[in-house]
Amino acid sequence: MKRLSEERTKILFEKLTKYIGSNVKLLIERPDGLYCFREQKDRVYYVSEKILKLANSIPPEHLISIGTLFGKFTKSNKFRLHITALSYLSPYAQSKIWLKSSAEQQFLYGHHIPKSGLGRISENAEKYQGVVVYSMSDLPLGFGVAARSTAECKHAEPLVSVCFHQADIGEYIRSEEDLL
Amino acid sequence: MGRKAKFSDGVVVKKGPGKKAKKQKDPVFPKQLTENGTIKKNLSHRQALRAKRRLQQALNRKKQNERASTGNKSTVFLKDEESESGSDVESDEEIKSTKLSTRPSKGFSDDNKSWLKPKQNKLQDNNVKNGESSTEEENEEQEEDMDQEEEELSSDPSDLENSSDDEEDEKLKVEKLGDLSDEDSEEQDEFDSQADGAAGEGSDDDLLPIEKETIKLKKKQAKEQKLAEEELQLNIANQEVFAFPKKSDEDVQSLQDVQQRIREVIAVLTDFNKLRDKNHSRSEYLDILKKDLCTYYSYNEFLMEKFMQLFPLSELLEFLEASEVQRPLTIRTNSLKTRRRDLAQALINRGVNLDPIGKWSKVGLVIYSSQVPIGATPEYLAGHYIIQGASSLLPVMALAPQENERILDMSAAPGGKASHIAAIMKNTGVLFANDISKERIKAVVGNFHRLGVVNSVITCMDGRKYPKIMTGFDRVLLDAPCTGTGVVAKDQSVKTSKDEQDIQRCYNLQRELLLAAIDCVNAKSSSGGYIVYSTCSVLPEENEWVIDYALKKRNVKLVETGLEFGTEGFVNYRQHRFHPTMKLTKRFYPHSHNMDGFFVAKLRKFSNLIPKSGGDEVNIIEENVEDEPVEENKAEVKAKKNSNSLNKASENKVKKRPEQTKESVLKHSKKRANEDGEEVSIKKSRLSEKLNTKDKNKQKKGKSSKVNGTDKKLSVLVNKTKGKLAKGIKNSSSKSKKKLRHKYK
Repeated sequence: MKRLSEERTKILFEKLTKYIGSNVKLLIERPDGLYCFREQKDRVYYVSEKILKLANSIPPEHLISIGTLFGKFTKSNKFRLHITALSYLSPYAQSKIWLKSSAEQQFLYGHHIPKSGLGRISENAEKYQGVVVYSMSDLPLGFGVAARSTAECKHAEPLVSVCFHQADIGEYIRSEEDLL
Repeated sequence: MGRKAKFSDGVVVKKGPGKKAKKQKDPVFPKQLTENGTIKKNLSHRQALRAKRRLQQALNRKKQNERASTGNKSTVFLKDEESESGSDVESDEEIKSTKLSTRPSKGFSDDNKSWLKPKQNKLQDNNVKNGESSTEEENEEQEEDMDQEEEELSSDPSDLENSSDDEEDEKLKVEKLGDLSDEDSEEQDEFDSQADGAAGEGSDDDLLPIEKETIKLKKKQAKEQKLAEEELQLNIANQEVFAFPKKSDEDVQSLQDVQQRIREVIAVLTDFNKLRDKNHSRSEYLDILKKDLCTYYSYNEFLMEKFMQLFPLSELLEFLEASEVQRPLTIRTNSLKTRRRDLAQALINRGVNLDPIGKWSKVGLVIYSSQVPIGATPEYLAGHYIIQGASSLLPVMALAPQENERILDMSAAPGGKASHIAAIMKNTGVLFANDISKERIKAVVGNFHRLGVVNSVITCMDGRKYPKIMTGFDRVLLDAPCTGTGVVAKDQSVKTSKDEQDIQRCYNLQRELLLAAIDCVNAKSSSGGYIVYSTCSVLPEENEWVIDYALKKRNVKLVETGLEFGTEGFVNYRQHRFHPTMKLTKRFYPHSHNMDGFFVAKLRKFSNLIPKSGGDEVNIIEENVEDEPVEENKAEVKAKKNSNSLNKASENKVKKRPEQTKESVLKHSKKRANEDGEEVSIKKSRLSEKLNTKDKNKQKKGKSSKVNGTDKKLSVLVNKTKGKLAKGIKNSSSKSKKKLRHKYK
């Protein structure tokens, strides 16, 4: 486990800001102790400092994961969020999309969201902003990127994508092997 | 072209009995269930009628036969008279009567008529019989009855009576011919002849004829009853004795036959003294049972033998049956993300039929049926529940994790129990989840993230090396890798793939893992210091024996698991004598608890010190034994030097010493014997050697040959058994005391 470099920290926070905006601050400054981001094999973990101290005594070859996996840095040094980060994204999400129950299944199989599947959308969603996708019963299903702004969505054709799929909870069984 | 010509028109081909016509067979009851081995069948109405009539008929015939036999004599006598006197009236009457009786036929009218009948007549008679048998016969019989009654009433032998007798004789013959097809006739004859004999004996003149009749009847009844009983006994004997199969007919057998035989053998074994075949021992029966069970349930013989040792016969079948059936599907609510009530509601909305698992768990749910795949609902993907066997909840409940503790799950994959621990800790403290397999650890990662466990450190290494890396845990859960004999329903391959060596490998690994787990725990932890050991195996080798080993090797003690159900662990199992507190462990069986076969033990570590291995003890014992003769020598020397008054004191010394040492040796040997059954014999022989050397020392002191003899006896005794060992030593010591006393006097 090593600290993130300046550059990578910047990339990571930029990415997170797309989804949760200024709430990134809340991830770092928490009332229940210090939390930090750590990197191992290009994977970024978010973990309490107490746990981190203990985990440091374990040889890195034996250590598989600590705390929560947020995502990984690609070879081109871009950060890619994993579905495992959802539990921290959903409470702080800036813009949200709610899916009709008929479109839920489609999204969980990894498809983009068409206008016809759109149940609700938060008002201020901008184009290409990160959005967290919910079911109508407020169950977080995944996240993606808004293909249209809220205003544009109103006038879109039924089959036009309004949200590009990035990650969904179906991955837990679709690709359990590749979660890390 | 056109329609097919219906060549078979009008010819209806019967296709045999349809599905509904196939009647179910009568149920087969095991013999021990039905009393006296016979099942009373209800007769149909017609059958009952027929039986009644048959009885009546038989009775009548018998009576009549008796009469006939006595009558025949008289008729012969009379006939002679007739021929001499030639009384016309009588002969006329006779002819008349014969004519009457054989009305439809035109028989011979000469002297031979009594036995000679035309063929046609017989046929006709038969026809009549067949056609209106019931009415005819009954009529005839009624007539006969009337006759008999008349006969009885008229006590004096008159001509009239004789004539009627003759008439009867004729009738009887006709009847006999006609009755050729009747089955009863032969039996009837037998009865009659016997009854005749009885009648001959019991012919007392001073009794009334009715009384005579009753006596005869009673005798006959008694005889019949006796015969019937004999027959019954025969039947019972035939049915009850389970024929011990020969080697030749073991080859080809249907599964049903095997099942039948299993039942029979078990029936024999449950009441062995009564039902056994004297030529075969119990072990032979057990062998057959084992083979049959192996073929019926397709186990290998080794595992079946283990199960047969583990369970009593009645339970064995239940266990095997239950092992064939899958346990109900259960899920555990993830209390980090939802509540059980909400989850149940959400699932019911999806068309799932479920129920709480029981009072003992607040997070378990049983799924009875579901319209959607339980492992792929949005609730599942959102981490609101995990599919987990009911038995997997138990070790975590036994562990009883507290918040802010440091807990280790040594073999965690796929993370069900570990995530349960995290849920109980409410994501506080630290949870270390370890597994040796790189592949399976991925499931742990997936499950932890799905369920929202954030306080975890997931490692992948050999659990046995864990103490080298990290210690000081408050609690450790060891769900050890095992043979899986408790979850045969899940994985049928267990049935055939396991042998002695696999089990040995398993329990060796389990012992090492358990010791490592104990070493990881901090005994001084304010809230913890507990280890929970669990397996999904039912074999004591992998459970009680492993715990027993740990109790000897580390400073741990068994404590209550806190589970209110489950059967107690074995304290005694075959040759093993485990620690008496072993009853605090819990066992769960598929047939009695409707969950996978499981074992849970909770240990508390009371000291971080690791006790030294048992090798030192042996040395101590040996030293004691070696020291002893020297001291004896000293005592003897002292005694020789001292005057008589002092003798007693020295004697006491001498007396005391050997007893103590011997006892200590005995104690240790017993301890050792408990530890390892295999080493017992070696230890014993060593012990006897020691005793022998001691004896030799005594010999050197110039004791009488008698002492030598007793000592030899002693050594022999020592070699035999533990119990006898103690006795022998007592005897010898008392004898040696006597000897010494003798000497000093």
